[in-house]
Amino acid sequence: MHRLAFLAGLALLLTACGQETATPRFIDSGNPALLSEWGQLEIRNGQLRPASGVVAYELTSPLFTDYAHKLRTIWMPEGSQATYREGEVLDFPVGTVITKTFYYPRSSEAGVLASAYTGEAPAKVSALDLDTVELIETRILVRRENGWDAIPYRWESNQREAGLNRIGDIIPIQLDHAGQRLDFNYIMPNVNQCASCHAPDSNTREIAPIGPKPRHLNRAFDHGDGPVNQLAHLVAAGMLINTPPADDTPRNADWTDMSASLNARARSYLDINCSHCHSPVGPADTSGLFLEPDTPVGPQLGLCKPPIAAGGGTGDRPYDIVPGAPELSILLYRMDSVEADVMMPEIGRSTIHAEAVALIRDWITQMDGSCA
Amino acid sequence: MIRTLVTMTATAALLTACGQGGQAGRDLSDANSDYQSVLLEQLIDAQPGDVIDIPAGVYEFDRSLMLTVDGVTLRGAGMGETVLNFQNQVAGAEGLLVTANDFTLENLAIEDTIGDAVKVNGGRNIVIRGVRVEWTGGYATENGAYGLYPVQTENVLIEDSVAIGASDAGIYVGQSRNITVRNNRAEFNVAGIEIENSVGADVYGNTATNNTGGILVFNMPNLPQRGHRTRVYDNDVFANNTENFGHEGTPVASVPAGSGIVINSNDEVEIFNNRIADNNTANIIISSLHSTGYSDYSAQPDFDPYPETIWIHSNTFTGGGSSPDGLDLTALKVLLFGLNGSFPDVLFDGYVDAAKLENGALPDALRICVGDEVDVLNADGPNGFENPRVETENYRCTHEGLPPATLSFLD
Repeated sequence: MHRLAFLAGLALLLTACGQETATPRFIDSGNPALLSEWGQLEIRNGQLRPASGVVAYELTSPLFTDYAHKLRTIWMPEGSQATYREGEVLDFPVGTVITKTFYYPRSSEAGVLASAYTGEAPAKVSALDLDTVELIETRILVRRENGWDAIPYRWESNQREAGLNRIGDIIPIQLDHAGQRLDFNYIMPNVNQCASCHAPDSNTREIAPIGPKPRHLNRAFDHGDGPVNQLAHLVAAGMLINTPPADDTPRNADWTDMSASLNARARSYLDINCSHCHSPVGPADTSGLFLEPDTPVGPQLGLCKPPIAAGGGTGDRPYDIVPGAPELSILLYRMDSVEADVMMPEIGRSTIHAEAVALIRDWITQMDGSCA
Repeated sequence: MIRTLVTMTATAALLTACGQGGQAGRDLSDANSDYQSVLLEQLIDAQPGDVIDIPAGVYEFDRSLMLTVDGVTLRGAGMGETVLNFQNQVAGAEGLLVTANDFTLENLAIEDTIGDAVKVNGGRNIVIRGVRVEWTGGYATENGAYGLYPVQTENVLIEDSVAIGASDAGIYVGQSRNITVRNNRAEFNVAGIEIENSVGADVYGNTATNNTGGILVFNMPNLPQRGHRTRVYDNDVFANNTENFGHEGTPVASVPAGSGIVINSNDEVEIFNNRIADNNTANIIISSLHSTGYSDYSAQPDFDPYPETIWIHSNTFTGGGSSPDGLDLTALKVLLFGLNGSFPDVLFDGYVDAAKLENGALPDALRICVGDEVDVLNADGPNGFENPRVETENYRCTHEGLPPATLSFLD
């Protein structure tokens, strides 16, 4: 621990305090002890932000993690590009580094954080003012010769460095969520648990990113010169090739976008939060429930489908989805719980995403039909 | 037959909050809570071929464990000596989750997990030996669902293990191939041992007692693999009369208390040389998905809900059928056999695939055959239980014995 603090201090001298720019680099093996060794993020003028050449991005709808905000970045070595793949994560070259930093804005009350949730998506920012946010963890996904590795870092309380943490942590959080106080344990998963979500093919079990699929990336983001489409931005930066015309690029709805249809919003939310497991090749194929954006409406999507091995997760309800009857639908019951043996997703949250529960409740309510 | 019963059982569950809950569980005042981070690191750093030895002791965990590396053995000093207790678990849907091939777990206990105790999701060559999974506060609806739970595995051996108190199945092998479950004890679970949607299973030498249902061989719709070919033999299946404390909606919620061996919608099942006794609803139940309360819309169109090619022989039956679970079954028993009478040893709900009938009967190869000198009750489910009848002679036939399940890594 002392050694880590010492190293952290050293790195601080080299980068943060010195106000020097970080240089992103690909580290082809091992588990670097410090996040700063990757050079993906830099601390300058009291801000955490992507280093030069590192691109911040957002998703059309993000995965829910206890109302945490996320700063996502992507970088690939000079001269290499990702290749567009329809319906899948972009085909990233060896050397690609993806980071995701989990943080909360601070509230006016000492020790209490804020979700800054207004019913709409949080503002898309690519620089975090360290006086106003609390950094929790940064997860690295690195594409190495033999595939992706996941390497998690926990931020030190001084917010100047994050140290390798492979066994995870339990972090008590007090959160002001739209005027309501939520106290919970934020669970930082251990390295093996990365595979709970990031091994979307249960046959190969290879670690892979989840978010950077065309349908999740196909949205605008302001990198500082006004909003531009994220895919177009990557193309212009020479980081992405073989994209189809914009009109032919799939796009998920922003689940908070009230101008989108209820169905599109619900399916988008279920896609990003569930389909990496609930697909025909995913680890949750054992359930027979698939929540991909193109899963046909029927038993595979949960309609009148009895549970298989849900145990207490059924909540004494008969089917995954009973059209028109959210109160009888297991899917909603499992979203609306934080019991470890009930809740879905199985890991990654300790709070109920109340706004999404409301969305899925509305979606099930307006479904026609019955299971009689 | 079981349909109304589902409601009855569920209502009972709501009224009584089933279980012996409140019983004092494992005392952790002297438990070791520092070892968690050691084991987490060992599981992260594990390499193929590694044996992780866990010394004797009681260890306390607040998070679930996960292993993703092939070829690892996790070994304790004995199921009474090395105890991993999860009473204070705050996160994780199981105690230990394994997604890896060539995995061996042996000689330890996993207790009081919030959800499943041990889940192996996918993988070839899985051995679970000498492992105890238990909810130490007694059986209760709040207990985790499954004890030992390999799913979508190939070549799986579960032996010399103990499962106590699971709110679904103590030992549950789902959607797997080439399975041996032998010499285990399952007690006070809703289902003692359950083989579901699996192909090629041998279940022998086990003791299943004090469960709601002793040994289950089920098929469920909407899954990638349909199960068939299970041999259940040389088991002791007695007094599985514990109230159904499972959650409504789960497949086992429809199992009446007092069920010895239950075949539901599965084919090619051979039940022989078992000692089956004192299961108060019936020693053997053969049923279809139609009896478990699921709507037609629930199942994939090509799902076959009919139990076929069933061969029951050479078993020893004692007692049983005297006090069935639920009002419907009780009424049926009293109607047919009187207050002091008993159901016959084999209860069949009566659903057969009309499309396969030839001259009003199933082809020989698909029949339910009972070689034992016991009676068979056809409950006449398809006609609303209008004409339940003992029709033993219709089941007096034989099948070829099924081939054994083969595990390449076994002697």
